[in-house]
Amino acid sequence: MGALTPEIIMRSLQQVSLAVVLTAITVLVLEVHVYLLFFRRPRSLPSALFTRAFQGVGGAFLAVLSLYLLHRIGLIADIVKASPSLSWVLLPERLWRAWTDLVPSPFSLVLLYVVLIVAAGLIYAWGEPRPSRLGLAYVLILPALIGISFLIIVPFLYEVRLAFSNMAMYTAQNPKFGLKYGIENFVKVFTGPVAKNATFFEVFMRTVLWTALNVTFHVLGGLVLALLLNRHMRLRGVYRTILVLPWAVPATITAMAWRNEFDYRYGFFNILLGRMQNFFADLAARTASTPLVFDLFQWLAQNVHPVPWRQDPKWAFISVVMTNVWLGIPFMMVVILGGLQSISREYYEAAEIDGASAWQQFRHITLPLLRPVLVPATILGTVWTFNRFEIIYLVTQGGPQEKTDILVSSLYKAVFQFYRYGFGAAFALVIFFILLLWAVFYLKVTKGLKGVYE
Amino acid sequence: MSVEGVQEKAIPVPQKRGMLSWRALFYRPRGDGPLKRLLIHVALWVACLIALYPVLRVVSISLRPADRLLTTSLAIIPQDATLANYVELLFGRPGRPTPFYLWIWNSLLITLTTATIGLLLSATAAYAFSRFRFPGRNAGMIFLLSTQMFPAAMLLLPLFLMIARLGLINQYLGLVIAYSVTAIPFSIWILRGYYDTIPRDLEEAALIDGASWLQVLWYIIRPLSTPALAIVFLFNFMSSWNEYIVARIILNKKEMYTWPLGLWTFTEQYTVLWGKFAAASILVALPVTLLFLFSSRWLISGLTLGSVKE
Repeated sequence: MGALTPEIIMRSLQQVSLAVVLTAITVLVLEVHVYLLFFRRPRSLPSALFTRAFQGVGGAFLAVLSLYLLHRIGLIADIVKASPSLSWVLLPERLWRAWTDLVPSPFSLVLLYVVLIVAAGLIYAWGEPRPSRLGLAYVLILPALIGISFLIIVPFLYEVRLAFSNMAMYTAQNPKFGLKYGIENFVKVFTGPVAKNATFFEVFMRTVLWTALNVTFHVLGGLVLALLLNRHMRLRGVYRTILVLPWAVPATITAMAWRNEFDYRYGFFNILLGRMQNFFADLAARTASTPLVFDLFQWLAQNVHPVPWRQDPKWAFISVVMTNVWLGIPFMMVVILGGLQSISREYYEAAEIDGASAWQQFRHITLPLLRPVLVPATILGTVWTFNRFEIIYLVTQGGPQEKTDILVSSLYKAVFQFYRYGFGAAFALVIFFILLLWAVFYLKVTKGLKGVYE
Repeated sequence: MSVEGVQEKAIPVPQKRGMLSWRALFYRPRGDGPLKRLLIHVALWVACLIALYPVLRVVSISLRPADRLLTTSLAIIPQDATLANYVELLFGRPGRPTPFYLWIWNSLLITLTTATIGLLLSATAAYAFSRFRFPGRNAGMIFLLSTQMFPAAMLLLPLFLMIARLGLINQYLGLVIAYSVTAIPFSIWILRGYYDTIPRDLEEAALIDGASWLQVLWYIIRPLSTPALAIVFLFNFMSSWNEYIVARIILNKKEMYTWPLGLWTFTEQYTVLWGKFAAASILVALPVTLLFLFSSRWLISGLTLGSVKE
């Protein structure tokens, strides 16, 4: 641990800006060439030969380069190693080495970009404009597409491959791939412990409970607060601001703060429960002469008492759920409030004239008109809650004895505490398919329900 | 808003400016009785208390002197309240410089880079999704939505392995890449919803007048979509500013720690430094929270726009 020195500032700035500038130039050059591909048509035969040859070679090289990158990150490293006929995948590395031997370091890169830019200029100069409408779409999407494919699609493929490997702490460098490892991994997910003790079905049931409890309370709490707030009244802005606070304060901080409040002696909840116990005991002592009242207070004094939040699995689970409910209500409230405000007052006025009760108005106007907001919010909320393990990680760390772990937090433990990479990948795929099934199911059900309302 | 305006005209409001009787405090037009209004306010007060109290407890802990950290008092302003924790955090002790600014610097550097890159990539892609009917468009939108389905923990393992193999562990770049890309799908979704509400006539007029597409993007779309762009920037900023898990995996050099990692070190020592932890939390949370509250109105309109459309 140290202080922030000018030296560190300079070094970090240099590191980041160099990387960003290099990436930006590379993407720009690529973009220019994609643009030319769509928007410039070669004018004469020699220019056509040059343009198409350059584009063909460039495209082929890019394809090889992508494969090489996949090789570098380890996705296809073993395949390339095993078969000598695939050694051309390593071509970019060899070419680059030869090139840097020929030209000293900074110039090797600069010269490369100069060549690419000059080529772009030639293609532009020797060509004529060609109207293209969709070309622009691809040019605009390209950077995001590159980013997404290399950081979402490739990792997903990587995960699938890893699931069929024996990769673990000691085999991290040379994992073996094969169907038999895959079957082993998937069987282990359902039969063995997923982290250390807990089994899959136990954790799965807990995850379902966790998600159901959280989403129910989020939606109900959000709905109630939004209905209360959706009217003209004084202090509305103040209420809204304060109620959004749990969402606004960084969750890393609030989760830690809540964790503190579950301390047996010094946490808020046990202090409160202890005081209530004393209060009831006191009342019981005072009303000792009145039989029924005394019994009630006696019972309360015996049953309201500080709770072992950290040691008892049941209470530990309740503590995480409480934390996450508190954290998640503001989002739902805000989304539902937005939906409520878009409902025209005229519906309610018409309903009032027809003599509809408040409940009927809510049931037959508010709820149906809130559907387009509620359905996506609930889907997203469920998926987010299902996947939200940082709260569990920060509040209980899954303890005691993994009794508060949900699927994703066990996955995190299996991978980053027990280094079971191959198993973790298989486990992750199982979780993903559960989510996928749920989403498809939910979409079908809600579509089916839509007909009932309209 | 116009609906509310109509409402106010339709029902005469029995209210005099400047007169703040308790009736005026609980005013509501749709004919609720005073009791109901009172109950609503009481319920909201209770909700506010629940929302506010845990945060106030953190403030309280940060003000406690070191020998009084563990107390069973529930008071918000503790006995012998002191700013010693803040002073130590901000100015350090003699011979022990404070690492607080280092964490903030690291977080700021990573977060600002992330948010800018994420904004650039998603703004252009969202525009294409909004304006062009290219092959693969619908599949792309569905794909973007389904990426929200991926558990973050699920892609963590391959991402970690990839970043390790590329030698980006303990590099700012590793985090920047991981953050900006995970934020892109959601940003595209929100921005596309916003672009859809901008009429095309403006662009077509400009194109007829001889503007290029780039000029249209820069001079027409950018100014018109500034609120949405601000929302997305803020959203990306917030999510990477508060991120803990990925940072923990990718950064393990203390010099590189972002503030969530740094704060966690207070709790990992032999005696948990709750006072310093709380003080640091308040210092970090205050600007972000204010920023969030200030912009929440726009953030919300962006969220609903993005989700309600289609």
